[in-house]
Amino acid sequence: MTDINLTPASEDIPDVPEVVVGAPPPQLDPSAKPILEVDDLKMYFPVKSGGIINRTVGHVQAVDGVSFQVPEGSSLGLVGESGCGKSTTGRLITRLYDPTGGSIKFDGKEIANISQRQMLPMRRDIQMIFQDPATSLNPRHSVGAIISAPLKIHNVLPDNKIKARVEELLEIVGLNPEHYNRYPHEFSGGQRQRIGIARALTLQPKLLVADEPVSALDVSIQAQVINLLQDLQREFNIAFLFIAHDLAIVRHFCPEIAVMYLGKIVEIADRETLYGRPHHPYTQALLSAVPDVKQAQIGGRRERIRLKGDVPSPINPPSGCRFRTRCQFAQEICSRVEPPLLQIGPRHKVACHFAGELGAHPAEPIPQSANGGEGAPANQPGFEDHWLNLSTGQTASA
Amino acid sequence: MTTTTNADVLLSVRDLKVHFPTMDGIVKATDGLSFDLAKGTTLGIVGESGSGKSVSSSAILGLHRGTNAIVSGEILLDGEDLLQLNDEQMRRRRGQDVAMIFQDPLSAMHPYYTVGNQIGEAYLVHNDVSKKAARTRSIEMLDRVGIPQPDRRVDDYPHQFSGGMRQRAMIAMALMNDPGLLIADEPTTALDVTVQAQILDLLQDLQREFNSAIIIITHDLGVVAEMADDVLVMYAGRAVEYGPCKEILTHPEMPYTWGLLSSVPDVQGDTDARLIPIPGSPPSLLSPPKGCAFHPRCVHRDKVPGDLCFTELPDLTPARSGGSHVKRCHLPNPDEVYRVEVLPEIAPDLVEETP
Amino acid sequence: MFAYIVRRTISGLVLLVVMTLVTMMLFFSGPLHPERHACGKICSPAQIAVTKKAFGYDKPVLVQWGQFMQGIVKGRNFPEDKKLEKDHPELVVHCTAPCLGYSKYFTQNVTTLIKTSFPISLSLAIVAFILWITGGVLFGVIAALRKGTIIDRGIVGISLIFYAFPTFFIGLFLYKFVSIKWQLVPTPEYIPFSQNPWSWLTGLILPALTLALFFMAGYVRMTRAFVLESMSEDYIRTAKAKGLPARRILTKHTMRAAFTPLVTMAGLDLAGLLGGAIITETVFNFNGLGGLAVAAATNNDLPILVGLVIVLASFVILANIIVDVLYAVIDPRVRVG
Repeated sequence: MTDINLTPASEDIPDVPEVVVGAPPPQLDPSAKPILEVDDLKMYFPVKSGGIINRTVGHVQAVDGVSFQVPEGSSLGLVGESGCGKSTTGRLITRLYDPTGGSIKFDGKEIANISQRQMLPMRRDIQMIFQDPATSLNPRHSVGAIISAPLKIHNVLPDNKIKARVEELLEIVGLNPEHYNRYPHEFSGGQRQRIGIARALTLQPKLLVADEPVSALDVSIQAQVINLLQDLQREFNIAFLFIAHDLAIVRHFCPEIAVMYLGKIVEIADRETLYGRPHHPYTQALLSAVPDVKQAQIGGRRERIRLKGDVPSPINPPSGCRFRTRCQFAQEICSRVEPPLLQIGPRHKVACHFAGELGAHPAEPIPQSANGGEGAPANQPGFEDHWLNLSTGQTASA
Repeated sequence: MTTTTNADVLLSVRDLKVHFPTMDGIVKATDGLSFDLAKGTTLGIVGESGSGKSVSSSAILGLHRGTNAIVSGEILLDGEDLLQLNDEQMRRRRGQDVAMIFQDPLSAMHPYYTVGNQIGEAYLVHNDVSKKAARTRSIEMLDRVGIPQPDRRVDDYPHQFSGGMRQRAMIAMALMNDPGLLIADEPTTALDVTVQAQILDLLQDLQREFNSAIIIITHDLGVVAEMADDVLVMYAGRAVEYGPCKEILTHPEMPYTWGLLSSVPDVQGDTDARLIPIPGSPPSLLSPPKGCAFHPRCVHRDKVPGDLCFTELPDLTPARSGGSHVKRCHLPNPDEVYRVEVLPEIAPDLVEETP
Repeated sequence: MFAYIVRRTISGLVLLVVMTLVTMMLFFSGPLHPERHACGKICSPAQIAVTKKAFGYDKPVLVQWGQFMQGIVKGRNFPEDKKLEKDHPELVVHCTAPCLGYSKYFTQNVTTLIKTSFPISLSLAIVAFILWITGGVLFGVIAALRKGTIIDRGIVGISLIFYAFPTFFIGLFLYKFVSIKWQLVPTPEYIPFSQNPWSWLTGLILPALTLALFFMAGYVRMTRAFVLESMSEDYIRTAKAKGLPARRILTKHTMRAAFTPLVTMAGLDLAGLLGGAIITETVFNFNGLGGLAVAAATNNDLPILVGLVIVLASFVILANIIVDVLYAVIDPRVRVG
């Protein structure tokens, strides 16, 4: 019964976004100035003992030494599975949490350790979009009140101009400005997410942290919201930290992507490199796990890297490389030495002792024999060999 | 319109309707659904929230009984109409002949009982065995679905399992009595992608082993592509396209299916291309649009002569590509439209190859 | 778990000590003059001063509090006067530990007073508790299972009536009709359990029923809501999908989840009731803790007030700890990992 749509048909909702083929989404511009620089960011949550004296016996290392940059007006994608620390990272940057260590520079200004009071003016420039628009909008406030709240808090507009601005914002995100006085429950999921976006846009931020902005939406609505975000990014030159678990959507939205595992970035690269020639075995496994529609042509399931077991506990992460317990290539050194995040290409960093030696993953969804000539560049030395190795589960020679 | 021969048909659903009377009128969650499913094969039901996919599968299991839902039509399992059974007879079939696994394995298990207790219960209720035998069987099944140290983990509570392990345990519970039909309602939606791969692998292995028929309900066409033999696309309570998986995903003939394909980015696709969403929102089931329920969101409705789309509900008719592929659309030349207009947008790399 | 109980007990004790101090400070900060009250109609300032000294109220609050704490641990004498003790030992009352004070008004140890009244309140609370839990849960579950029908509405409606009418009205009504007019039960009075368990019960039944009817309304509605909530949980759907019979789903799966929140409510309500039900006790003329509290308040009798505060607070704190432990027993998520 859960999936019955009881909300009345949305007759009066403008037919949303007219499919305009505008300018292509921004590509990675290596010379762009970073709006956000994160360096060695750490967030440890204490674990209490539960004894007679409630002392701290350990820490959940939710985020452990994460560094990345988001160029002005561009997007960085953060992907990874649940518990990898991607959402925590987003919350650290918006200072919903106080980081345990590290530095967050926004527009050249250090914000990691400033007080909430000092943070207040910065909040105009850093806004957040949440996953679930049903719970992140106050059901007792009208849409107008929700969107105008930031204007009132920061006192940027005289009261008599607020309504016009809110109506303008509603129009920008593709909602009817006449819906100013309606309440969130009167809108569908996709429209509620548009309200959330309008609220985030109110103060003309320079950086939007979008935490799974479309994963609660139906597929046909996801595309509407993604297109809207792309249009807004182009129009207002907003930088995005785009947090999601859907690899295809992240690739579509972000020119540069970081893969997280157990609180650390294991690989960061521009999208062509990351999806075409991933070097970290975890990235390879992640990519090969995505089911692909094109598989229908040949039927059945394709060969893929099968990760065994579960993600270890972040309270007591494995020594050395955190991925080694599930890595089919793990060697003795992996348990002793933690691999640093090393630069191996112009915009490509990997944290693996054997980076570059493990070859590409079988990026092509369809086995090579079934379909020739497209997909992953096979020009990398040893690609064929490694592909076979991976699919048969043998250890690559290191 | 069946894609399987009659001999090995396990489940046959005919004109299934599930209606919910409400204060504002009747919600037609499912409105005339028919399909067949053979032993050992998989049917993928695709649709968005409110399309009626979950309601239909719950009706097969008889979970609507005791609610105010009005169910009509036929649900023939091994030739016997489940809708004609009384409540007690239906209860005996549940978990014995038809089993179900759900989207969120954490909320689908009782937090206060051990995993073993809950799995064993499924065995105890249908078999006259001791608790000890049920426990042995639970351990055996947990082992079969790949839970490490099953003899120890059987006494764990659901919250001590990881998400993937919980879904494995749910599968173990569903397969306790070796049912002929397994309904999986979004079984991997709540899981991470690598865990999803593990669970889909497991389902396929088990299907091979037990020769069960599987209905997999999902919104992810990738999952369908890898799992299903047949696909049923639902919109506003009705099937809009139905046929062999390969046919549907390579030669879809219904604009809604095109929209589903075009609105998800491809992991290999061109990143410069914009996504092509389906405009608007899913319709209300209280007052669905007249004519074709999809017409308010359809960008191809102008290609249909007259105002057929607005006034007349299209029948499920054989697709141009022939075979057992059927679609519900007035477009006279859907294959042509797909090849010329849709395919270049969703998979430009495939255009040259299509003759 | 043991460490948890120890930690909670320690914090509970600290809370108790603080509460006694706060009670005393509140008492002396108000416009009360217990010494004025005690010394009679015509009272010279000199007499008042003497009475004040005799009560020990002339000392600073902190000193009085220190003496009070000492009384609990070691026992103390009233009045605290070495000279008087030596000259007229017959005028000095010794109060052995744990001494909660000495009431001049009742000329008795507070500990003794509470000990006498407590069994009455305890009996009343227990019988009422059993009645309201049984009735509340039973009718709540029935209402939930028959949701939307006339039975559901009837149960909820009738329980609301009992909730809405003042306790004294229900009490007097029951007294007048059930006991006096129809003579279904003997005249309500307290007979100790040890003396005659049957008379104990019949004597208590009307006041207990009066209390139970009041509390039951809340429990009917809560039980109904919790059962309905539990019935819509995903795991109930799983249980149905397994093919479990409806009765088993209700008893094993629905009820257990629905009752967990009730345990909290029930524990705290019972603890609160142990401190006496003032109106009910008054209507039926029971000399329980409620009556004692009223008497203490009208007579500005500080020792009794502080003593009652300690007893009541201890019950509430204890009930809290027991409820939390019960929670761990019921819910494995609290117990393990």
